[in-house]
Order: sequence, then structure tokens, then C-alpha cells
Amino acid sequence: MTPPRFKSLLNAFGPFLGLLLVIGLFSLSSEVRPYFLTGANFKIILTQTVIVAIGALGMTMIIISGGIDLSVGSVVALTSVVCATLILKKHGVVETIGLTVLTGALLGLIDGVVIAGFRMMPFIVTLGMMGVARGVAKWLADNQTVNAPDSPINNLMALSQPRRLFPLPAGVWIAIALAVLMGVVMRRSVFGRHIFAIGSNEATARLCGIRVPLMKVVIYTAAGLFFGLSGLMQFSRLTQGDPTVAIGLELDIIAAVVIGGASLNGGTGTILGSMIGALIMAVLRNGSNQMGWPNYMQEIIIGVVIILAVGLDQLRQSKTAR
Amino acid sequence: MSTPRLRMVGVRKSFGATHALRNVSFSVEPGEVHALIGENGAGKSTLMKILSGAYTPDAGHLELEGQPFVPADPLHARRSGIAMIYQELNLAPHLSLEENILLGEEPSRLGWVNRARRRALAGRALAELHADHLPLSAPVSDCTIAEQQLVEIARALIGQPKVLIMDEPTSSLTQVDTENLFAVIQRLRVRGVSVVYISHFLEECQRIGDRYTVLRDGESVGTGAMPGADLDHIITLMVGREIEDIYPRIPHELGAPVLELQDLAGETKPRSVSLTLRAGEILGVAGLIGAGRTETLRACFGLDRLRAGSVRVGARAGTRGSPARRLAQGVGLLSENRKEEGLMLNRSLADNLTLTRYGPVARLGFISHHRQRAVAQDWMQRLDVRAQHPAQPVGELSGGNQQKVALGRLLHHEARILLLDEPTRGIDVGSKAQIYRLMGELAAQGKAIIFVSSYLPELLGVCDSIAVMCRGVLSAIRPAAEWTEHSIIATAIGTTGSRNGAGAA
Repeated sequence: MTPPRFKSLLNAFGPFLGLLLVIGLFSLSSEVRPYFLTGANFKIILTQTVIVAIGALGMTMIIISGGIDLSVGSVVALTSVVCATLILKKHGVVETIGLTVLTGALLGLIDGVVIAGFRMMPFIVTLGMMGVARGVAKWLADNQTVNAPDSPINNLMALSQPRRLFPLPAGVWIAIALAVLMGVVMRRSVFGRHIFAIGSNEATARLCGIRVPLMKVVIYTAAGLFFGLSGLMQFSRLTQGDPTVAIGLELDIIAAVVIGGASLNGGTGTILGSMIGALIMAVLRNGSNQMGWPNYMQEIIIGVVIILAVGLDQLRQSKTAR
Repeated sequence: MSTPRLRMVGVRKSFGATHALRNVSFSVEPGEVHALIGENGAGKSTLMKILSGAYTPDAGHLELEGQPFVPADPLHARRSGIAMIYQELNLAPHLSLEENILLGEEPSRLGWVNRARRRALAGRALAELHADHLPLSAPVSDCTIAEQQLVEIARALIGQPKVLIMDEPTSSLTQVDTENLFAVIQRLRVRGVSVVYISHFLEECQRIGDRYTVLRDGESVGTGAMPGADLDHIITLMVGREIEDIYPRIPHELGAPVLELQDLAGETKPRSVSLTLRAGEILGVAGLIGAGRTETLRACFGLDRLRAGSVRVGARAGTRGSPARRLAQGVGLLSENRKEEGLMLNRSLADNLTLTRYGPVARLGFISHHRQRAVAQDWMQRLDVRAQHPAQPVGELSGGNQQKVALGRLLHHEARILLLDEPTRGIDVGSKAQIYRLMGELAAQGKAIIFVSSYLPELLGVCDSIAVMCRGVLSAIRPAAEWTEHSIIATAIGTTGSRNGAGAA
């Protein structure tokens, strides 16, 4: 029996070492290093992480509960269009933010109700939602980008003083604050621990009086809140609502969560790990750009990283399954 | 006499045409350990499900402390003071011991877990079981099976249960762990908890029980005080049925050995199996569920890894085997789990029958649907499979017809050695008789059969020789005529001293 502390340390350190490794590899190139290892660049990396990181907060909940959500990219596109449209129609800032985030929650609620109510596979339901949300986004935007007038929301992701690390954009601080909150919720709240219980052994959870269907609805709805917020950040970054944006974003998010130590079979995962996973994805993209690697190269690298991460997950599984 | 803690009167439950429970009555006193004894399929698990609220009885009534008791669902039963420890443990493997113990009952304020209190409560529950040495913060998957069981019992204790029902609690425990469990049960009983101890290990029941009730074919057929009870009398109560004459005797002769197992041992089960199977022989393997019979067949077929021993098929011996190699050697396995392992339920009869041997239905490597259908049609006739068409999905057939298709696949494969795991489980009597006849005919053709069954009359009626498995060890093989139901059960539950590795054939 391995001491539990050592094991959990190892689980937390794995992704962290991965992050250091990726940063280290890019730093090897003497051409890239002067630009790569600067406060200004890390500010860019952190800002680029925000959308994936906030999405990963919701996805971590879902994956720990033994589910999956493939609709995130579409939901982000739709909510970014919703956000742009609301600003265009001269709604207040608070109202716009609220309604945008709630749109995400509504889509999550629909997913959750269908998954729990009809006992359907999350994979299929959210695959359907992926198409529905993308279609609605294009419909709402009339198949083009929605340009919104300047508003305070644009500043959430804006890089003021681009030569220094600080001040960080508000979006980064929001992501960090939410990550801390979710970390505590997952570890310390009854709700969080029941998510782990459902993912670990659903039959047992039911036997212990946990209302599994209700929990699933709440989990997907709460995750939808985060996806809606991701959409808001997406809008802020482009300062326009684009219905064709964020295609395949869900895969980056799932990869981040899995790299962070969550198992696709449910029952394991940490918020901290997922956040580091999101950073790894951002560093990979940023580093590849700095190296001047073409886009197709990045796609290949990210694909390989996803497979490696899931492979590691399998290895971990086979070790603990004994 | 005081009011019994729990009382069941005339409880009946049937599923379609099968009567799972015909008439069950028994009562448990406060602080009593009541042993519920019966063979596999006697209705013990249905009874448990009624007590836990998973099933509603068709007739009869339940009383808890003198009050009518109608459990609506598992949670209601639990809140009413009935706790269950199932044979298959129900734990969330990734969560820590303390989290599992208080799962669903976390001490909390405004939704936040009070971890200090949770730890205290979990610690207290484990201390009651004298198990406070267990690491509360370690994940449950790090614990041994015995420790996990203690965690389950601790969880049951959190609800201050009045009745604790344990289903085969020792089936996967070692001797030492069993002793510890008994000590725990003793302490619970002193505290006034009533324990219903379901088991077919008679010796254990006798050691731990105050009273017993025997179930047979869904009926409570006898009850009495355990101390001083005559075990032979209890076994007679358990068996007590007539052997129907549905076992045709088709004369067949034994030939050369075709399969030899030498000291076979798997990762956990079996522990030691040696046997020799001859051409034209039907060898029966009896034993309790969990004794390692299925695992023996799986290991023999190359599905599970061997820890020790060897399998000799014909002239070739080896420790390594794969299902593909075994099939090539003419060995066929009929899984006990027809629906999940044995058949592709949503595929056609024809696909299922020809899956392992496409040769005769293919031309130049391409499967001819016409030939496949013709071959399937032929088998349907020979095996009397009642189906509309060879293209019908197997899942639409009755259990008996499904089993004939599964068996038909082995015959189409022209297997010389057939490993049949509970081939008659859950099928109607007519199909059973047909399968018995088929086994006799196959033996007459010189094929060798290992027949694993929990239904003793069929083993005695069909087999040439029988061996009994107990806790992973196979007894000596003896001619079927030398066995009685009584002696098989006695060997299976380990009352004849064969428990600690009796000699092999």
C-alpha cells in the first residue's frame, strides 16, 4: 500500500512536471528564448489560457462525474454571438454578462435533463447539442460575424501595457478566482464529494441515497455556466460575436482535464491539475507560434499530446485497478 | 416473548411464470443472529431485494418491531433501520474510507462538509468494529477485500441499524478474516442489532447463528435453534426434492485422455485444480457459486492468466493459451453469462452460429450469406431451435433457444472438448431435457465434456464422473454413482475436511 499522501503528490506533480517540461523544451531554442521567457509573453499565454481554463472548470466536474461534454465549442460560439447581439441591442453590462452566462447554463440544463431523464449517453446527447448550438449560433448571427460597439466587456481580455507581466487582464483574475472557488467546492462541499461518488461508482451513490439524476442535471447546468462565461471571454478577445469560432475547443478542454490527471472513467481529477493542463495547451500553442511552426504542425503536436495524455491515463488505471 | 424485530409472513413473489418465492415466513428477534440457509436459486436474493425495497411482494406481509413495514426503496429501508451488506461490495473505489463510510450522510453545514466531524464519526464507527487501525484518508481501492467489507459494515452502522442483513459475507474472505468478521458480528449482537446471515456455508452458520431457517425452491421449509442442530437434517431440508426422469442414458464409452489439467492456479481462483478428461466422458463439476468453477474453465480456455500449473490438450502441454489457440485445438467454451459473453444478442442466429468457423460458409474468403443461412437452418433443425428465420436477432429468442444457439456454435466449430458453464441456467425444463440428450449424443460421438452446474440432480443424472470444487480446490474425481446430493453438498461446503487442499485425481 503506497502512502496516500505520496500518491496524491505524484498525481499533482505529474501535470506540473509536464508544464515545466514543455516550457523547458521551447526554451532550448536560443532564437526563441529571449521572446518566450518574458513577462510580456507569459501575460499573452495566461490570457490565451483563460477560455480553455474556464471551460475546463465545468468540464472537470462533468468528467469526474463520469460524463463528457462535446458541445463546448459550439456553446462558446453561441454565447459569444448572444453577447455581441445583446451589446448591439444596447443592454447594460451586467445584464449582458448575466444573460450570456445564463444562456450557457440553459444549454447545460437541457443536456442534463436529457441525459438524466432519458438515461442517455452524455457522449451522444452533447454530440447532438454540438450541432444544435452551432446551428443556432449561425442562425442568430445570420451566418456572419456580429460586430458590437465598444463596451466595458471588451476590456476583460485586453492587454494593457503589453511589455510587462502586470497588470493582468481582468479575465485572468476571474479565471484564477473561479478556479480557487471550484477547487474548494470539489474538495470540501457535499456537492463536490457527491460528484466524485457518482463518477467512482454510480450504483453505490444511488444506494447511499444520493439523488443521481438530479445531481447530473445540476452538474451539466453548472458546467454550462462556465461554458457561457468562456463564451463571454471569447467575445471579449475578438470583440465580436463569431458563430464559426471555437471549433474543436471541447477537445482542447477535454485534453486539458485529462492531462491534469482526471480519468475519463470518472471518479478522479483535480481542478488544479486541469488548470495546469490548460496552461500546457496554451504554452504548446504559444511556443509553436514563436518557433514559427506552421498551423498544421501545431495540430499534429496537440493531437499527439492528447493521445499521450490518455495513454498515461490508461497506464495509471491499470496500475490502480489491481 | 417480546415482539420480534423483523417478521415475514407468507411472502410470495413471482416473475412471469417462475415463482421466486412461494411462501416464506420467518422472524428475527432483537440481538439474534439468524442464519438463512439455502442452495443457489432457493430465493435468498429475492428475499433480500424485498427487504431492501427493490421488489414488492405479491402477497404476504412484513413487520418491523410489530409495525407493518412496506419498504418503498433502498433509501427508505435504510432509514427504517434495515442495512444490507451485499455479496458484491458497494464502495466508491476512488473515495477515502471516511468518505465512503459517510457517503450520503455527510455531516455538513450549508453544504460544506465538516471534515473534522466526518473523521470523528467514521473513526468511531470503525472503532466499534475494532478496526481503528485502518487509514481513514486512504482511498478504499488501497484496502484488501476484508478491509473493504469492514468499511461497508461501518457505513451500515452509521445509520444505527436495527437489522443488518449480510449476503454471503465470507465468500471472498480468508479464514483469518472470517474469524474477525465473526467477532464483529458477536459485538453487534451484544449491542442488540439483529443479524440475518445468509450463507450456504453450513459450518459457519452453525458457529455464528442462534437460529436458522432453511429456504428451498422459494419456500421456508424448516426453522429451529442452531446450537445442537443436526447438520445432516439441515442438508436434507436443503435438498429434499425428487429427481425427475429427464436424464436419458445414452450408452457411450470412454477413450483416451484428451484434456489434462495439472495443478492449475489462477491469479486468485482457482487455487489448485488437477483433472483428466477422456474422450466420450461427461465430467460434472459441482460447487458453490464463487468456488472457482467458472474461473477454472476460463483459465483452461486461455481467457484468464495462469499463476501456476499447466493445461494439456491432446499431446501439447503449456501454461500459456489464448482463446484463439484453444479454439484451433478444438476446445469450445459455453459461457455461463449467455447475454453478456455468450452471444451477440443484436446479431442474427446465422452470424452467431458461424462466428468461430466461417470456413464452410465462405468462398474465397468472402462469406456467402446463402450458405450461412443454409448452415444455420440446418443447425436450427438439428437442435430444434424455435425461431422464425436464420436472420432473426438472437436476442428475440427465448432463453432456452438462445442457449441452443450458443451451444450450436460449439457444434458448428466441431469442438472435440466442450467446456459447458451452467448450460441449463435460466431455461425451461423442455430445453433442459433437450440439452441433456444432446450432451449424451455428443459423448457417444466421442466428444469430451466438462459440465459445470449448481443443480445437483442434473449432474447426478447426466455425468459419468463428478468432482466438487470448494474454495478454489477441486476434489477427487469419482464416478457419479458414488456421489449423492448429500455428499456433494457436504464436500462443497467443506464439512468433510477437504477444505485445505484435498487430493486431486
